[in-house]
Amino acid sequence: MNNRILLSVRDAGKQFMQGSRMRWACQGVSFDLYPGEVLAVVGESGSGKSTLLRLLAARLACDVGSVHYDVRDEAGTAEATGASALVNLAQLSEARLRWLARTDWGFVEQHARDGLRMNVSGGANIGERMMALGARHYGKLRSEALNWMERVELDTGRIDDLPGTYSGGMQQRLQIARNLVTHPRLVFMDEPTTGLDVSVQARLLDLLRELVDQLHLAAVIVTHDLAVARLLAHRMLVMKDGCVVEQGLTDRVLDDPQHPYTQLLVSSVLTP
Amino acid sequence: MTAVLETVDLSKTFTLHERGGMALPVFSSISFRVNPGECLALTGHSGSGKSSLLRCLYGNYSASSGEVRIHHQNQWVNLSAAAPREVLEVRRHTLGYVSQFLRVIPRVSTLDIVAEPLRRLGVAASDARDQAERWLARLNLHERLWHLPPATFSGGEQQRVNIAHGLIANHPVLLLDEPTASLDADNRRVVVALIHAARARGAAVVGIFHDDEVREAVASRCLDIEQFRQPF
Repeated sequence: MNNRILLSVRDAGKQFMQGSRMRWACQGVSFDLYPGEVLAVVGESGSGKSTLLRLLAARLACDVGSVHYDVRDEAGTAEATGASALVNLAQLSEARLRWLARTDWGFVEQHARDGLRMNVSGGANIGERMMALGARHYGKLRSEALNWMERVELDTGRIDDLPGTYSGGMQQRLQIARNLVTHPRLVFMDEPTTGLDVSVQARLLDLLRELVDQLHLAAVIVTHDLAVARLLAHRMLVMKDGCVVEQGLTDRVLDDPQHPYTQLLVSSVLTP
Repeated sequence: MTAVLETVDLSKTFTLHERGGMALPVFSSISFRVNPGECLALTGHSGSGKSSLLRCLYGNYSASSGEVRIHHQNQWVNLSAAAPREVLEVRRHTLGYVSQFLRVIPRVSTLDIVAEPLRRLGVAASDARDQAERWLARLNLHERLWHLPPATFSGGEQQRVNIAHGLIANHPVLLLDEPTASLDADNRRVVVALIHAARARGAAVVGIFHDDEVREAVASRCLDIEQFRQPF
């Protein structure tokens, strides 16, 4: 078992101005994530789960607390030397955070259009992160793009088409390929299956499950769908009004919920 | 002989917050040990908490008090207090569970479901599938079903998929929740033989067997859960 922490969150919180007073969007969140671990953050709209995701991915700065990440150096050698390198994200430069976000992290947006470049082809969307890392060889970029289109079950004949001509499910798979092409160790996902048709959802979930397993990805998945959490996540964290009310092993939280709010959530799900 | 699974003063009470915090005691202060090669059968009326106890042993239910301890890779792990990834590690290597109902995953074929525990242990895909085929054949599941997801299978077919999935990894500790409930006589005999084989290779088994004949055939001793029931 790998005992090296990948992401460490301590007492993280963020507040926003609401009308004339400050309100905590999320607060007091603490957990450690290990390589290959998938954590689902569940809760209803407004519970603070998307804010938390943005804090973790350094898209927002914490007002209190901290988020530390096991940063590799640019040659990826920190892991090899075994040196602990948990770095406070608040202390990284903009440039370093950008580098992290487009190499070692992925971010899958709920609306694929927010995560894709709509004015360039599907293939160019996949190639972009490789180019940011210095890849210039057209043939290699194209063969890698084709390879990833196959892995996410996209028709490779569509490589030169604009994403706008893809269906919703295809756009989501393109977004996933675009993120995974640099072999990130950690992927953030914001409601990755919400808004898709049910049959498309099932395929996408199955694909995510396989990729996470094969690539030994760590992931933080924000979802309001408990079935998605059960299928994909090892652990889960239940949020209400900006606070974590319960966290633990996914099947234990779902089958033996302790907190009144978790019991309410679990008992409110319709099972067909 | 040293035990591989034990409970120490294990108690379980559900608190139903939607019923004004009503406490629903299930059992209290259960202590037992199970050695390799033994099969402990849990007995008691339906609703007496046998399945709840089995779920506590799997770490699926939390313990209200007391401990579930399992011998995992030369160390004792307190399953009730372990971190999620430790529980998953114990399940991957040491602890197998055959539940009453199969939880189907959309699109995933029967063969892949059965092969999954081996894949998680790092066995190569083709080897894992070969072994999965052998288990399904042994359990008389018709070959034309192997490549289909089990969602549309009958209860007995799903149960055999579940048994193959639960036993394939040869875990040192096995938890079986009514593994023969919806099987015909022929397949019951197959499952009895598989449990004997598991005991013979040194597995410690804890199970619930409603069928008296099956229980007498596989169990080395029984534990009546009624004696630990809490009045409410």
